[in-house]
Amino acid sequence: MITIATAVDVAALKDTTLLNMGIFGLFVAVTMVIVFRASRNNKTAADYYAAGRSFTGSQNGTAIAGDYLSAASFLGITGAIAINGYDGFMYSIGFLVAWLVALLLVAELLRNTGKFTMADVLSFRLKQRPVRIAAAISTLAVCFFYLLAQMAGAGSLISLLLGISDWGGQALVIIVVGALMIMYVLIGGMKGTTWVQIIKAILLIAGAAVMTLWVLAIYGFNLSALLGGAVETANNPAVLNPGLQYGKSETSKLDFMSLGLALVLGTAALPHVLMRFYTVPTAKEARKSVVWSIWLIGLFYLFTLVLGYGAAALVGADTIKSAPGGVNAAAPLLAFHLGGPLLLGFISAVAFATILAVVAGLTITAAASFAHDIYANVIAKGKADAATEVRVARRTVVVIGVLAILGGILANGQNVAFLVALAFAVAASANLPTIIYSLFWRRFTTQGAVWSMYGGLGAAIILIIFSPVVSGGATSMIKDAHFAIFPLSNPGIVSIPLAFFLGWLGTVLDKKSEDPAKQAEMEVRSLTGVGAEKAVNH
Amino acid sequence: MGNDAQSPDAAASVDFEQVQSTEQFQELRKRHRSFVFPMAVAFLLWYFAYVLLADYAVEFMSTKVWGNINIGLILGLLQFVSTFAITGWYVSYSNRKLDPIASEIRNEIEGHEFDKHGNRVGGANK
Repeated sequence: MITIATAVDVAALKDTTLLNMGIFGLFVAVTMVIVFRASRNNKTAADYYAAGRSFTGSQNGTAIAGDYLSAASFLGITGAIAINGYDGFMYSIGFLVAWLVALLLVAELLRNTGKFTMADVLSFRLKQRPVRIAAAISTLAVCFFYLLAQMAGAGSLISLLLGISDWGGQALVIIVVGALMIMYVLIGGMKGTTWVQIIKAILLIAGAAVMTLWVLAIYGFNLSALLGGAVETANNPAVLNPGLQYGKSETSKLDFMSLGLALVLGTAALPHVLMRFYTVPTAKEARKSVVWSIWLIGLFYLFTLVLGYGAAALVGADTIKSAPGGVNAAAPLLAFHLGGPLLLGFISAVAFATILAVVAGLTITAAASFAHDIYANVIAKGKADAATEVRVARRTVVVIGVLAILGGILANGQNVAFLVALAFAVAASANLPTIIYSLFWRRFTTQGAVWSMYGGLGAAIILIIFSPVVSGGATSMIKDAHFAIFPLSNPGIVSIPLAFFLGWLGTVLDKKSEDPAKQAEMEVRSLTGVGAEKAVNH
Repeated sequence: MGNDAQSPDAAASVDFEQVQSTEQFQELRKRHRSFVFPMAVAFLLWYFAYVLLADYAVEFMSTKVWGNINIGLILGLLQFVSTFAITGWYVSYSNRKLDPIASEIRNEIEGHEFDKHGNRVGGANK
């Protein structure tokens, strides 16, 4: 039996505002209590940044899933599938397959060689100062792009739930979200943040599972019938085929390749994901975390396939596009269609919690990178004590929180999954070549690292600035200006190979070579876990 | 900087170049690389083959196999299956082939068999 899509009365959503806010308030209250309890033992830098390395593999794996399944995955992918059909599914596949890069090439080796940040690993056997500065700058840049995406998601969600479409009202709620996030990170550090992510991951996956079963039940647990429903509502059989969004021209096909490349190579270079590997005591637990998160993330993306086509079939692309919040409103609208105000309230609260948790994770990563890499190792030249370093980190949290709030107010209306894909492109360009080279290529030198990181970061950002994302198109950030000389909206296909090339070129042209003893130490440590295997007890 | 995963004292006086040159370590390195490199190449090729098909072979991907389920959807779901399979394979490989030899080397280092100065390397017990 196929249910004919009933129109969702978007205006009626306003009536549920109080309920939504109540559920969200409950989440905040419960997590705040947990964060307070978790933070009582935060004393050292390892406590603050790496949760005292006290989490188990499965806890950390759940937290990684909580960190990774951001608003982009939930709101963005569901929306992309609901509107563009098969092309949205592509995001899920790229986001998942990317974990194999992290599992096979990065996670354990990184856990064994680093302390708190990505720069620890990159600068291990190269010259500390230039490499650390470059790594910290790219960490901050990636976190900033990712933060923008999450804040844009918060904006979309708010405009839908509260029916607030005026600028001031949305800005006010973004400020509230930002302030809450600052509190979590200031009070809880990595331990508190991790617990928020674990709780949120469980809620999100459970919520998505309920909706998925519900949608499947409507179609008699027959995937083919669900797809048929999507075709019928969209009145377009092409929603099941690739190419609806990216098949329009040769340029858009190339853009699709570029997106695919950025997605699969970005994950293993995301600083906030890398930092999570330091919260477990051993490399074996790091491996377990990745395995655990691959299963959870894979399962969740299978849900989004059903939810996306479910939204296409039951809500309809036209209703979604015209709702406040646009593409990102597909999942909440589907929840409203299925379970009325109560399910919408639950799902929206989960989506808010998602944004809050991911933003907290990003913020602590950026703050750790600034305090540990730039302040402690470059400005204070390694002489800062742990207490000062943590104090600097806490102040950085406030600065980043304010920047995130401002960015979120400015970046509204774009598809969140799309914005996150840009963060992936920047991460894959700026970080991945140096991570891979320094772990696996004996000859790699400081010059190679610096060229690759600045070259990759610069190329990715410059190409984004001159792309249709920023100017010249109907969905651009600046609609009236026309300086889009680069035709692709994702820079990955140019900037990632360029960064790999620059890393190689900088190394072979470098007259100096690095200390072979350091290289030996890094390789032995990375593969055996010497000196890194015991949990730090305090 | 507080306490680190890398307690500098534990392995500070280890001669890592000597460890690196041992047959045992070379074997570990070989086993690690001979698994992760071919596997990384394989899944990346399979992923890009899929992306290329979705991009340039729309007709083929749109072929219906069963009801509304087409080749594109099946290949997409197979990407999930292969990801899960490679994950499981790697875990069992590491447990069997990598972990035992890695912990052996770690114990030898921490039991100060590679000490540069003939001193006891602090903190570690075999």
